[in-house]
Amino acid sequence: MLSILLAGCSTNLQQPIKQTSTQQSNRQAGKQISFQRDKGNCLACHVIEDGEDPGNIGPALKNIATRFKNKAQLKALIADATQFNAQTSMPPFGKNKILTPQELDLVVDYIWSLN
Amino acid sequence: MKAHLKLTFLCLQLLIGTIWATPATDRQKIRAYYQQLFPQLTLADYADGVYAIDPIAKSSWLAIEEFPPYEIALEQGKTLFKQAFTNGKHYADCFPNQGIAIAQNYPYWDTATQSIITLASAINNCRRQNQMPPLSYGAGEITQIMAYMAYTSRGKRIQTDIPAQSSAALAAYEQGKAYFYKRRGQLNFSCASCHIDNAGKYIRSEMLSPALGHTTHWPAYRLNTGEMSTLHRRFEVCNELIRAKVDPAQSKALRQLEYFLSYMANGLPLNGPATRK
Ligand code: HEC
Ligand code: HEC
Repeated sequence: MLSILLAGCSTNLQQPIKQTSTQQSNRQAGKQISFQRDKGNCLACHVIEDGEDPGNIGPALKNIATRFKNKAQLKALIADATQFNAQTSMPPFGKNKILTPQELDLVVDYIWSLN
Repeated sequence: MKAHLKLTFLCLQLLIGTIWATPATDRQKIRAYYQQLFPQLTLADYADGVYAIDPIAKSSWLAIEEFPPYEIALEQGKTLFKQAFTNGKHYADCFPNQGIAIAQNYPYWDTATQSIITLASAINNCRRQNQMPPLSYGAGEITQIMAYMAYTSRGKRIQTDIPAQSSAALAAYEQGKAYFYKRRGQLNFSCASCHIDNAGKYIRSEMLSPALGHTTHWPAYRLNTGEMSTLHRRFEVCNELIRAKVDPAQSKALRQLEYFLSYMANGLPLNGPATRK
């Protein structure tokens, strides 16, 4: 009984630490995919943090959590922006498989974190 | 009832669209759009491509033009143009006015073959008529010959028109226009996405040029590659950029595209050969 409680305690204690470090490495991976020319290449059109040579076709990406209700909504836009604006110049990253589902999730995590 | 009304309305719109969307009104609309976007430009300014709208790039371009990097190609082109074919004939024998100051008349609709003749395709037609192997279209010798022909045509105004009586010519124009506006490739861009909707904006560090004036200045020496390059090669590059199927230089599709763009640019002065990033 005690050991179960203790075990519960220890996982509870460990989890936040573990999560923070995965979150951070996910953020790093998401950033890399977003910036890389042959992946997201989001910098082609958006100012993002310290990214070099950004274009200005789309708006600067910041305060994202105030612009979208939740991650799912953000993901839907990145996956297929043409759904929301038929005239958009933004490529449909999910629909046209420009990014894999895993890459898309990492990009969403990263973009969501921008404030 | 409501749906019925909607349908009637749609039909009406389509009808008006087809009646009114003549090439001449297409051209008016495109020019009015750019005029609003770049009120500081005259029509002739569009012959300078992105340099007409990017003052910083323009000043480095003007410095480069002091010793134009296309000069060698121009000299070689002059020599090649004057060289006799093995049968003793010359390029001059194939063209009106011996091939001098005529680039503004291309591309044109050829009633005999019911097809669009571009200057590049006319050069190869000339070679074939004289039992010479055709030149490859993207780079090399053809760019040199075209550089010379363009140079003798500097200042002449583009004369691309659509013969009023030819429905086939009109259809070719319409196909070129459709190509220009159709989204394609994995990245889902049309030519218009970049060169109409986003002209003047930056994609990474590259400013996007207006489509008006795209046909004025070929061939161009590309500073990025250090080579002379043709208009159709540039079409290929842009299609590669958006991961689309790359239609080959001088394919029917690209000749139609050139016809459309050249019709938009009717009246603009030619200023090739040129230098571009
Ligand atoms: C070629 C241009 C282009 C590229 C590349 C591009 N975008 Fe966009 N993006 C736009 C445009 C234009 C908009 C404005 C809304 C619209 O037109 O749909 C936009 C809007 C957005 C928005 C909404 C911003 C807001 O505040 O409303 C987000 C988020 C976004 N893009 C994320 C991305 C991400 C992530 C990538 C890369 C994986 C990316 N974009 C790549 C052009 C682009
Ligand atoms: C994703 C953006 C993009 C798309 C889509 C695109 N281009 Fe381009 N294009 C560029 C860039 C960048 C350049 C180099 C800078 C400039 O001159 O605009 C360029 C240059 C050109 C030039 C040379 C301009 C000059 O003055 O020498 C022509 C011609 C051209 N594009 C035609 C087309 C056509 C036709 C299509 C469609 C088949 C197309 N482009 C699609 C981005 C694009």
